[in-house]
Amino acid sequence: MAVLALLAAVCPDANTRPFWDACRKRELRVQRCADCGRFRQPPAPGCAACGSKLFEWPLLSGLGTVFSYTVVHHAAVPPLAAEIPYNVVVVELDGAPGARLISNLLDCAPEEITIGMRVEVAWDEVGDDLILPRFRRATERG
Amino acid sequence: MKDRTCIAGVGTTAYGKRGEFYDVNPIDQVREALDLALAESGLDRRAIDGFATYSVEKLDPSVLAPALGIPNVNYSSMVHGGGGGGTCGAVANAAAAIIAGQAEVVMVYKVITQPPHARFGAAYGSAQVAADPASDFHRPFGLISPAQFFSLLFRRHMHRYGTTPLHLAEVAVSTRANATRNPKALKREPLTVEQHQRARMIADPFRLFDCCQETDGGAVILVTSAERARDLKQRPVYIMAGAMGGDTLWGQGLTSQNQPEELYVSAGHAHLARRLYAQAGISPQDVDVALLYDHFTGMVILQLEDYGFCARGEGGDFVASGAIRWPHGRLPVNTHGGNLSEVYLLGMTHVIEGVRQLRGEASSQVTDAEIALVTAGPSNLPTSSLLLRR
Repeated sequence: MAVLALLAAVCPDANTRPFWDACRKRELRVQRCADCGRFRQPPAPGCAACGSKLFEWPLLSGLGTVFSYTVVHHAAVPPLAAEIPYNVVVVELDGAPGARLISNLLDCAPEEITIGMRVEVAWDEVGDDLILPRFRRATERG
Repeated sequence: MKDRTCIAGVGTTAYGKRGEFYDVNPIDQVREALDLALAESGLDRRAIDGFATYSVEKLDPSVLAPALGIPNVNYSSMVHGGGGGGTCGAVANAAAAIIAGQAEVVMVYKVITQPPHARFGAAYGSAQVAADPASDFHRPFGLISPAQFFSLLFRRHMHRYGTTPLHLAEVAVSTRANATRNPKALKREPLTVEQHQRARMIADPFRLFDCCQETDGGAVILVTSAERARDLKQRPVYIMAGAMGGDTLWGQGLTSQNQPEELYVSAGHAHLARRLYAQAGISPQDVDVALLYDHFTGMVILQLEDYGFCARGEGGDFVASGAIRWPHGRLPVNTHGGNLSEVYLLGMTHVIEGVRQLRGEASSQVTDAEIALVTAGPSNLPTSSLLLRR
């Protein structure tokens, strides 16, 4: 699945590496403050609510809900002209209230995307060393 | 801070399309704008002793002061962040420096000349080839331009409150109507709702005319003490209040998309609005004209809510009622034509239009305008805003 292949690279640092390492194991993990329990994303070395520097990386189910979305029709850089139109979704993650991931919804026509839609992570192996968390419509029952 | 400093003179260069002034020395652009500001104020260039700017401006006092013949530098400051979030903050810094006795006359300046081959609006995109930890959570998914970031916020607002693309059209059409009366505006052809709705989509729901122009030019704003301003040539325009910052939980909201929902469906200016009104001792009903940073039409609607001109969620109905139209709306907005239709100088022209309105010399003059609200660009922290009065 070559979605936006041009952009498929990450450059982890000490702060973000646990997230990307987990992705390589097909595990979705986001940071939670070990003191007050507030989730945060992207990763940060401190908690906005209580200032604590202690945090953990709980494992999530990979399920979520579309919080917002756009369909991009204008290529912001010329090489993306071959990719338009493409969607970008903001997904609120089950089990991590307040933490959202920016991603893409696979196998879904633009007009079918709605806010509130249930989605699940679809691990996209875009390189030898990189697996990106994209999403598709959830197959869960009721 | 209230009323202790004034804007004594303003000036802008000629306006050019993106890349048009790329070969012009940017110092000459500052000089062009500065000379106009000095001439209208009656100040001598040797009176300037401070510099204030924002948005990673490349020109600093080490090159400007010698080139412009400014003998002493007593103050210099730069507001954090790129984009247009710091415009009003730079003016507030100038005012604070003067009140603190650090400087007597501060020039706030900004030059924007873009290489013809690289767009400002693609700033996130041009960096994409080199992966970076800070952009890794949005760039790989194709979220790389300001129009895209802001379209997500506005989409959620539409979902939650029933705001529509026709509300966006009203902002674009009203702003263009103002530009038709401004001889300096780059876009003076009238725009209709139908043209707006037929224009190509950029990032749904934002179409072409929901996105501001990208242009070249420069501007200078001269700030001095109220006492000194009263002896100069122009009617003094008082800085009632200046706020810079925002809500911590907005943070990197633009690029992270992780603000709490109440902030997500906003322009991130509500915190500044509270600070501003408290400093000035006024309320939204006292504002006669609003110059709201319009990189995108939707963010004008959200700022109208942030600044209390209507309740959260009612911005669409507010603009649909004709409230932002000149001359009869309750609150004429962007009477110069804004970033959308006049020129895009990272918000400098919003401050300058506030000054012109309060002097009574605007091309779409609001009758007896006494108080103007000016905002800088909704963006990541910090952003900023001003209240000016005559």
